[in-house]
Amino acid sequence: MRNPLADKVVDIKPSGIRKFFDIVSEMEDAISLGVGEPDFDTPWHIRDEGIYSLEKGRTFYTSNAGLKELKVEICNYLKRRQGIEYNYNNEVIVTVGGSEAIDIALRAMINDGEEVLIPQPSYVSYEPCAILANAVPVIIELKAENEFRLTAQELRDAITDKTKVLILPFPNNPTGAIMERKDLEEIAEVLIEKDIFVISDEIYAELTYKEEHVSIASLPGMRERTILINGFSKAYAMTGWRLGYACGPKEILEQMIKIHQFAIMCAPTTSQYAAVEALKNGDDDVKEMREAYNQRRRYLMYAFKEMGLECFEPFGAFYVFPCIKEFGMTSEEFADRFLREEKVAVVPGTAFGDCGEGFLRISYAYSLENLKVAIGKLRVFVERLRAEKA
Amino acid sequence: MREKILSIIERNSRIDLKELAVILGVEEADVVSEMEAMEREGVICGYHTMIDWEKTSIEKVTALIEVRVTPQRGQGFDNIAERIYKYPEVNSVYLISGGYDLLVTLEGKSLKEVSSFVSDKLSTLDTVLSTATHFILKKYKDHGTILAKKYEDEREKITP
Repeated sequence: MRNPLADKVVDIKPSGIRKFFDIVSEMEDAISLGVGEPDFDTPWHIRDEGIYSLEKGRTFYTSNAGLKELKVEICNYLKRRQGIEYNYNNEVIVTVGGSEAIDIALRAMINDGEEVLIPQPSYVSYEPCAILANAVPVIIELKAENEFRLTAQELRDAITDKTKVLILPFPNNPTGAIMERKDLEEIAEVLIEKDIFVISDEIYAELTYKEEHVSIASLPGMRERTILINGFSKAYAMTGWRLGYACGPKEILEQMIKIHQFAIMCAPTTSQYAAVEALKNGDDDVKEMREAYNQRRRYLMYAFKEMGLECFEPFGAFYVFPCIKEFGMTSEEFADRFLREEKVAVVPGTAFGDCGEGFLRISYAYSLENLKVAIGKLRVFVERLRAEKA
Repeated sequence: MREKILSIIERNSRIDLKELAVILGVEEADVVSEMEAMEREGVICGYHTMIDWEKTSIEKVTALIEVRVTPQRGQGFDNIAERIYKYPEVNSVYLISGGYDLLVTLEGKSLKEVSSFVSDKLSTLDTVLSTATHFILKKYKDHGTILAKKYEDEREKITP
């Protein structure tokens, strides 16, 4: 029999998270700080709207690009929060989570062999999606001394004649880094000069704790070269509803819709009705959750300082990214021992790119009570490691 | 800062003040002085414990009593409300808009104890016109806390 598999797919490395997942799943009393989704339930009024749509029998396909009412609300939202105007009719597509939007944006924009710049540490799907789109992924290693922001110089150094797209993953998973307006302006200048497009993954846009999130699409000259991706998972605690969206110039969106239409048909209808309610009446929920995350973030920063664990202060998403280089072991060794000895799961930084070596991703999508227990165990573990070294 | 302090201690009055300062990103001394000021001004009236008595072996019944009264000249409802809230077994007294005037909540050891309070003490007050007593059978949610079901984290333990 012939080999039934595509080499391109076989060559993709499985996610670095898998191994820990398997160990944790078998440990009954393990505490996890490894979750990448909110601990809140979807606010009840949003769930209720989903239920209502089912009761009404709204169980059919929507149009490929999504419910008109939802697309209109998405445009209202982006105008209200980011000051960017999109035409609901041909510049918005509702997708199955932000993940699908990343995939179809890459596939719509890349010709074989063109280069996609991927800053790391970052979400696990960019590199495989780029490979599946026949792009050549080019990694930009972000640095702790820049608080894991992308600098104009790093960008410039990575650009070649083949560079077509930059993926801009801020607020960032796993580092919690954000890009402020001035950072984005410097990046935008290079992108315009070198004629490069941006896929801006802004799924954590609502979760910033310093200045309000600025989208690169709102900067002069950038709207026409940016695909803005956002969704409902993080802001409204709607991960399981699988709903995201992409906005951008209609020439690109038209092609993305083509892929979406043939591969997916349309995003889940129930979720779309619920999402309309989220955008119309969910601002207060977001504010409340953001405040809760911020309190936990402050607690973690304080706790790390107390135990002398080095960590830059992140202002986005719900992750902190402490440095564990002082212990002279790899991220994976640290995470492995921490899990076995203290039964607390964290994700090694290397799961998000090689340059995550020496760091851990700790999620604060947990109640303060849970965080306190887990951090208490981290303190014990860190002290033991220091005693071993001494 | 007040609003944030209150929204936290409303749910968790036992929180350590240092910790409260940390999570709000302010100085501990400021939290302490703000709390003291709010206690002085009567914004903070007490620190109570929420108990699900159902889970104890102590017998307790709670009743809501709708009370219609005749307001008194110059006093309105205040006088009669005071006469009611002075009974130690009375938990709360609210002046209500709508079909009746005062809502009284009451805790007693047994149905009998509550009903004898209503018939002997409450109904016999001069200005009380009528009462309607409702016994609480089950508390699903109280003070914003769901009692009926324990929260369980159903998320996958590790996700990207």
